[in-house]
Amino acid sequence: MLTLKNISKTFNPGTVNEKKALNHVSLELADGDFATIVGSNGAGKSTLFNAITGSFYVDEGQIILAGEDITYRKEHIRSKEIGHLFQDPMKGSAPHMTIEENMALAYLRASTAAHAFFSRISGKEKQMFREQLSQLDMGLEDRMRQPVGLLSGGQRQALTLLMATMVTPKILLLDEHTAALDPATAEKVLGLTRKIIAQRKITCLMVTHNMHQALELGNRTLMMDGGHIVLDVQGAEREKMTVDDLLMEFKKQAGKQLDNDRILLS
Amino acid sequence: MEAIFTFSIVQSALELGCIYSLVALALFISFSILNIADLSTDGCFTLGCAVGAMVTISGHPFLAFPAAMAAGVCSGFVTAFLQTRMGVPSILAGIIVNTGLYTVNIAVMDFSSNVNLFGCDTVFMLAKDLSDAQWYGDWYKILIVAAVVLFVGLVLAWFLNTRLGLSIRATGDNEHMVRASSINPVFTITVGLCVSNSLTALSGVILAQYQKSCDINLGTGMVTIALASLIIGETIIGKGGMFKRVVGVILGSCLYRFIVAVALRLSVPAECLKLVSALIVAFAIAFPYLKGQASFYKTRRLPLKAGGKAGEDGDGLC
Repeated sequence: MLTLKNISKTFNPGTVNEKKALNHVSLELADGDFATIVGSNGAGKSTLFNAITGSFYVDEGQIILAGEDITYRKEHIRSKEIGHLFQDPMKGSAPHMTIEENMALAYLRASTAAHAFFSRISGKEKQMFREQLSQLDMGLEDRMRQPVGLLSGGQRQALTLLMATMVTPKILLLDEHTAALDPATAEKVLGLTRKIIAQRKITCLMVTHNMHQALELGNRTLMMDGGHIVLDVQGAEREKMTVDDLLMEFKKQAGKQLDNDRILLS
Repeated sequence: MEAIFTFSIVQSALELGCIYSLVALALFISFSILNIADLSTDGCFTLGCAVGAMVTISGHPFLAFPAAMAAGVCSGFVTAFLQTRMGVPSILAGIIVNTGLYTVNIAVMDFSSNVNLFGCDTVFMLAKDLSDAQWYGDWYKILIVAAVVLFVGLVLAWFLNTRLGLSIRATGDNEHMVRASSINPVFTITVGLCVSNSLTALSGVILAQYQKSCDINLGTGMVTIALASLIIGETIIGKGGMFKRVVGVILGSCLYRFIVAVALRLSVPAECLKLVSALIVAFAIAFPYLKGQASFYKTRRLPLKAGGKAGEDGDGLC
């Protein structure tokens, strides 16, 4: 589904602040793959996501999504086919617009006809939004005319998840999307994520700092460090792997002791 | 003190309030919705006025309206082009366009600093000839401007609820979300500024026909006045749907004109009007904050009144 061929990105080239954020990264994700990514801060995980979504163009290499070369395609055109969730729940929805309006915006992806510019939200669409919201089991279906700014972080992240997957994306990028939520809410949002991904067989990449999650969720685990993918396990090899193994690998790759690995174990 | 609100004051406040409310609606789009401070408003207002005046002089009072609006769209497009394609910060883009428009406006007015429309047909004169009734003679101006503002307000409220309108609102509300969804901010900012500036220019052409003249300095300070109207409107109406907010902006503009009319009535010299506007704007913007502060002090004083002890605790916290 997604193929990265040797992509590299250097920020501030030729200056003292030069940073090779991605260094010849290659990755091949099969249709329906759900891969988790771990790695220390600055390893290049978010940069990898931003390269895929098109926040910037890569210096070299090729990005191919569902057979189409999107390396130099503009961000807003790519985003028709890519779902992206951020760590910050505030980033995924417009606070001064109602739930209904936010969902209508997400649903824009579905329509490409020019006349759709001047169409309004139809009753049929409202009904569909209501049904989808009721899946969240948060009572949001009765608050569709309220501004999103009134929702809690967990509710907003759940809504964002719904919006990102409303029109099934070719790939879903989850950038630590439960890290800012309290444990109970995080569990709920994660459960929803699993359910939606499994139901629609969405190809997915998920960044996490939770080693347990990294092994338990999905079918593949990647580790990044210094702009490289340093570990890529799946199948039987992954089954055998324990959180301790992964941590050992993490330490070995990072080349330094982690002073807070108890937190990572959580 | 005899009546402050005479009939003629109410009448002219309503007329001017409606005319200038179009500029306030323009800033509603650029400032409140797109979150862009569009400082080309002053120049764009004069542009609409000048283009409208020249087309009216050449004998086309109705054509003057679309012509002025088209000029406004061009001005808005240039501002948007500078900030979306040339990397110019939005405030600078507005200032640059505003500066350039001065020359453009003078050129449109055939290199004179003012033109007058005496003896030309204007929409107001044509409408006046429709009936001889006494009441009609008093009210026809208000009827015309109110009809235009009502029409524009309804179309705007409708537009902001269409898919394109929603995209424009999202652009100003959350840039991260816009980047992650399929909205092209370059396109939405451009459309928003074009619509906004066409309304500014429309206001200009109505004023030109209303007062039968156009002056190169007519637009000076327009952005402040419109901002005052906008903020007064948002303060009195508060948050709500698009239609409610559009109505609030129009009300705010009329209210602002009443305040100015009262100031004039209380014999504030005409030369001081800009200072009066500035004070009204400062007060209108500060008002919601002051209100919050006032209620904060009230809640802080409550324990003080209840007994000395609580007050001491309060001091201890400081």
